[in-house]
Amino acid sequence: MAVKVSMKVNGKPVSAEVEERTLLVTLIRENLRLTGTHVGCDTAQCGACTVHMNGKAIKSCSIVAMQAEGADILTIEGVAKADGTLHPMQAAFKENHGLQCGFCTPGMVMNALEFAKGHPNPTEQEVRESLEGNLCRCTGYHNIVKSIVAGAKAMAGGR
Amino acid sequence: MRAFNYHRPSSLKDAAALAAKQAEAKYLAGGQSLVQAMKLRLSAPSDLVDLNAIGDLKALKADGSGVTIGAMVRHAEVAASSAVQKAIPALAALAGTIGDRQVRHMGTIGGSLANNDPAADYPAAVLGLGATIVTNAGKHEADKFFKGLFETALKPNEIITQVVFPVPKRAAYMKFKNPASRFAIVGVFVADFGGNVRVAVTGAGPCAFRQADMEKALAAKFAPESVANIKVKADGLNNDLHASPEYRAHLVTVMAKRAVEAALK
Ligand SMILES: Cc1cc2nc3c(=O)[nH]c(=O)nc-3n(C[C@H](O)[C@H](O)[C@H](O)COP(=O)(O)OP(=O)(O)OC[C@H]3O[C@@H](n4cnc5c(N)ncnc54)[C@H](O)[C@@H]3O)c2cc1C
Ligand code: FES
Ligand code: FES
Repeated sequence: MAVKVSMKVNGKPVSAEVEERTLLVTLIRENLRLTGTHVGCDTAQCGACTVHMNGKAIKSCSIVAMQAEGADILTIEGVAKADGTLHPMQAAFKENHGLQCGFCTPGMVMNALEFAKGHPNPTEQEVRESLEGNLCRCTGYHNIVKSIVAGAKAMAGGR
Repeated sequence: MRAFNYHRPSSLKDAAALAAKQAEAKYLAGGQSLVQAMKLRLSAPSDLVDLNAIGDLKALKADGSGVTIGAMVRHAEVAASSAVQKAIPALAALAGTIGDRQVRHMGTIGGSLANNDPAADYPAAVLGLGATIVTNAGKHEADKFFKGLFETALKPNEIITQVVFPVPKRAAYMKFKNPASRFAIVGVFVADFGGNVRVAVTGAGPCAFRQADMEKALAAKFAPESVANIKVKADGLNNDLHASPEYRAHLVTVMAKRAVEAALK
């Protein structure tokens, strides 16, 4: 059977006819073609699929799309300015070499920028704890932590 | 994932009625355990009854006399609640150690208790504090709620509505966590109600259980040394790739001692 699901994604109202068992990440990637949200593990471990739902970071592979009915969803595509200017958190990842292959990066950035809103001046330890749900196979995390500390400060400064 | 029908009722009554009508309905809270299980086809309900639109299940109240947490309250809300931090700091702290921040934004206390994972954290707090689990059909005392591996006293289609915790004089929770999932390999919750002490263990057995020897020793003297030499039997404890029953038995004593130390701080 198919159901209609409607929500706001990156500020725009969207709706789609999907099967009930469609995951939120599947809707985002396959129906909406927003492929910046990645699927690393499909088992709620890696965080590559992290998006914001009503302002909170969640793993979009671990809920069905119907759970986001009426919600406000933000994906990595909605983070930079329309003219392409990077969000301060994205810029911090670039400046601090916070990525190598880039597969984990969208999830890292989505989690980090929500975390940074509540922690404008986080310690390295707080940042490491905030990354419990995000795995990276390349960087060894050091530069990701540096990026988030810098990004959080930049976000606080820009306010 | 197998196909299913999806429902989002806006009242408790409708939710129960919807579930009763279907052969194999399941309630959906945050999906943090259920959606995973369905993806693996470990669970294949005919219908999902989503509890997210039921406002009654989202209340969170805390004061000097008790803490009441609605079934749909997320782990992150409990962890961040200044009222819970004040009334039972150990409970707020426990909620803040569940999984990771993304999981804490979705996962709920009702889902965690109904699921009764042997390594889940909330069962330790519920049993350690002697909480009451309120449902649409009545009440369950913590001591009679956890029945076994993923098994509880809930009847088919019974809905947890809220959990009521009494406020102890002091309490603490210590867990030795699986570094990947943060689930408890062993977790111990210690609560002192002034002479009456409760010690609840999660992660070690098929479900959370109390440790009577430690409770007695701590009631006589609430100090780390009271439990430091109490040996726990390994018989019947969990055996998996993370830890042997003997190691888990050892960890129960270590975590209990650390929990008492933390409660005294
Ligand atoms: C990566 C990861 C790490 C995790 N780490 C931890 C951890 O360290 N410690 C820990 O304790 N947990 C951990 N969890 C589990 C997490 O706490 C879940 O929140 C919890 O298991 C329940 O999920 P949920 O609330 O989304 O419920 P769901 O998954 O939606 O439901 C779980 C079960 O409960 C039933 N149910 C839900 N609500 C009710 C209700 N009100 N009444 C009756 N039945 C109901 C459902 O039908 C289902 O059978 C982790 C999960 C993940 C994915
Ligand atoms: S793909 Fe969702 S957590 Fe890995
Ligand atoms: S940069 Fe390659 S997985 Fe993180």
